[in-house]
Amino acid sequence: MSAAIGNTIVSLPDQSTAQIPRHNYINNEHGLLSWLLTSDHKRIAILYLISITFFFFIGGAFAGLIRLELLTPQPDLVSSDTYNKFFTMHGIIMIFLFLVPSVPATLGNFLIPIMLGAKDLAFPKINLLSWYLYMIGGTLTLTALVLGGVDTGWTFTTPLSTHYLNTHVITAATAIFVAGFSSIFTGLNFIVTIHRMRCPGMTWFRMPLFVWAHYAASLLMVLGTPVLAIALTLVALERLFGIGVFDPTKGGDPLLFQHLFWFYSHPAVYIMILPGMGVISEVISTFSRKRIFGYTAVAFSSVAIALFGFFVWEHHMFIMGVSSYSALVFSLLTMLVAVPSAIKIFNWTFTLQKGSITFETPMLYAFGFMGLFTIGGLTGIFLGSLGMDIHLTETYFIVAHFHFVMVGGMLMAFLAGIHFWWPKMTGRMYPESLSKLAAVTTFIGFNLTFLPQFILGYLGMPRRYHAYPPEFQVLNVLSTAGATVLGFGYMLPMLYLAWSLKYGAIAGNNPWQATGLEWQIQSPPLMENFIETPVMDHEAYDYEWLANKTRNEVTTVG
Amino acid sequence: MGLSPVLWQFLVKWLHSSSLFPTEASGISPYVDALYFFLVAMTVFGTALVAALLLAFSIRYRREKSPVATHVEGSTLLEATWTIIPLAIFLVAFVWGALLYFRIYNPPANAMNIYVVGKQWMWKAEHPGGQHEINALHVPMGQPVQLTMISQDVFHSLSIPDFRIKREVIPGRYSTVWFEATQPGTYHLFCTQYCGTQHSGMVGEVTVLTPEDYEKWLQQSTSGMSLAQNGERLFSSMGCNSCHNGTAAARGPSLAGVYGSKLTLTDGSQILVDDAYLRDTILNPSKHVTAGFAPIMPTYQGQMSEDGLIDLVEFIKNMQSNYRVQQTLVTAESGEAAPTTPPPGTTETGKP
Repeated sequence: MSAAIGNTIVSLPDQSTAQIPRHNYINNEHGLLSWLLTSDHKRIAILYLISITFFFFIGGAFAGLIRLELLTPQPDLVSSDTYNKFFTMHGIIMIFLFLVPSVPATLGNFLIPIMLGAKDLAFPKINLLSWYLYMIGGTLTLTALVLGGVDTGWTFTTPLSTHYLNTHVITAATAIFVAGFSSIFTGLNFIVTIHRMRCPGMTWFRMPLFVWAHYAASLLMVLGTPVLAIALTLVALERLFGIGVFDPTKGGDPLLFQHLFWFYSHPAVYIMILPGMGVISEVISTFSRKRIFGYTAVAFSSVAIALFGFFVWEHHMFIMGVSSYSALVFSLLTMLVAVPSAIKIFNWTFTLQKGSITFETPMLYAFGFMGLFTIGGLTGIFLGSLGMDIHLTETYFIVAHFHFVMVGGMLMAFLAGIHFWWPKMTGRMYPESLSKLAAVTTFIGFNLTFLPQFILGYLGMPRRYHAYPPEFQVLNVLSTAGATVLGFGYMLPMLYLAWSLKYGAIAGNNPWQATGLEWQIQSPPLMENFIETPVMDHEAYDYEWLANKTRNEVTTVG
Repeated sequence: MGLSPVLWQFLVKWLHSSSLFPTEASGISPYVDALYFFLVAMTVFGTALVAALLLAFSIRYRREKSPVATHVEGSTLLEATWTIIPLAIFLVAFVWGALLYFRIYNPPANAMNIYVVGKQWMWKAEHPGGQHEINALHVPMGQPVQLTMISQDVFHSLSIPDFRIKREVIPGRYSTVWFEATQPGTYHLFCTQYCGTQHSGMVGEVTVLTPEDYEKWLQQSTSGMSLAQNGERLFSSMGCNSCHNGTAAARGPSLAGVYGSKLTLTDGSQILVDDAYLRDTILNPSKHVTAGFAPIMPTYQGQMSEDGLIDLVEFIKNMQSNYRVQQTLVTAESGEAAPTTPPPGTTETGKP
């Protein structure tokens, strides 16, 4: 096995004698109830991982159906109402049930206490409650789906959602409302844990950048999500009782909903991307054997994104007749929020300089992230630039843009993270060559799917169209072909990761020779994480410290 | 742009024929496309730079070549470089975009006005001369055209990609957009804001005609009644003229010549009378009461369709004196019934 891997930093134990540690969090207790009633952050992370994977594939199935319908210009596969339900369910499931909880609730839940040298999160039972709220939200979404679906679009635009649709709007809104509280509790848990539970010596600037990114994202979750809850409550009240907040005939303002909705939903983009950026920092450092270039700049850029992220929401409304002067301010702020992302990209790139780089699967996904996120970020400048936004907004350009950020960025980062920490979470390695194939397939499939959509957008094809003029067909066929490749790219990890649970090579404590506290303990970790409280006596990403430690261990054993 | 016009033409033609690029059919299109090319260049350059750096470092510092990493803490100079340069480029995009935004949304003074009503799932265009169209819009070439738009139900958005314009069509308030078509032909008209079941069916065709053809079209397609004439009938049938008649005893302010003027309201504030204001005072009269008058006007909320409101607005806009209003009043008082207005919407004609 090690010969086949060749020039990599994987340092696996001798596979003939290697064993999974006898005591670990997975076999600590047995039975379904021991999982469903656990308050162990690692087990809750696994519960989340299983549930978000389930919803990811449901959301993905809807994406597949959308692309299949768009293969031809005529509305021939399903009826218009059904198509509208497809993209609504795709959006709701992917955003609220996959992207928002993806990295924080799985990897963040699993790793933040360990990275800080703590035994668990600050509120373990609230953590379990978060998962139950998530599951209630998920179940309600599925209920809305089974009862006949909902066709508001994930944006719930009023007055369409309040007065003109007869679908299960209230069920879907309740689902998102409940899932929102799951997100608020997770954010609260992280903030308190990061403030109060750092081990001795773990100062703010010794924390891994993964933790910084989660801290920034948690602030957004706690401050932003309540506004979404308010907006959805008002939609439900307007629908049930006609209170008229958004209804111009009763003196309400239809634009108010847009303000409230985007006040959450723009920061939500950063809730989704920031934890992914945290993953990228860890992966890039580990596989180039270097401390992240400009640690403080990367840490503060996360906080800057969180801060600026709250003041750009109106850029979703430039064509809606808002005052020109407020549009100017929001356009300027949008340009400013792009800068911290650029800073991050360049810092990651320069981390590679003078490093000692290897190309394991997580690193390939991280490279994919850097390329796609750069395109995603720069195309955001098109939309932030007022005059350009007029032509591009509400077309396929914007669809391509946010898929580059959310899927090309966040999903790549999520997969990088899952592969990177898979040995820690399960104690076993994933198959290396197959996973490299998956990473490359995903990258190619992604570009083939979404690059043509930029062109479609500039040509003027509106989003959420069931039928389209025939001259747009070639580009749509390319996009659907790409989506097929992308689908394979996502199926592969699910299959081989499941396979590796039983047949993967034993990983040992630190297969990547990484520096984080999580790599200094056994894999899978003990229920209590650490045997004794660790003391952080070095900076984050200190590879010399790691080398010394390893040398000393060898001498003690020898 | 520094490119020679020949090269520019070639580029545009090639891009258009391979359908990567929409037709430039309005005065604003070349300006939008210039910004687009700048932004595309920025994206290509930025992505290529990141990709090149990743590739170069990956080759130069791979494990085989560079077995041990060298510790580097960071560099304030580099941090400043990649903060300031992207910021500068983004600020160029901001200023350029802002200038373009004002250019696209501020109509010239000589623009002719066409009203557009959006409803699930059709576009109704109403020309001042009384031509009504559904899912079609005929405009003259070389003449600035302003669309005053409103939705009867949900949010819609009117987009003409070949003109590079788009604006949200909102229930309860007028929004405007303008363009100057530069090439005869037919172009797509899309609704780009998701508006329910037949969202993708809410499409139409914009036909750009030469000024002569446009005159011909106007002659052939008129319904016989201009919007203002319809409005005049409504004005008397809804009883507006019993108060707004400009006589000394009138209980409402005279409306002759009011459009475009500044009104002083009872609370002392001043307000410019435009289409939106006229529409709003018909529906919510107590919100703005002209100084010197009592708040006695009843609301007309729910009693008039958007088409009717447009007729009234168009009538008041063009009302120069109270002569005809008073004439109608005298006729009505003398027992002769004023002509009734046909229900709006029944006189619509399709394309000629």
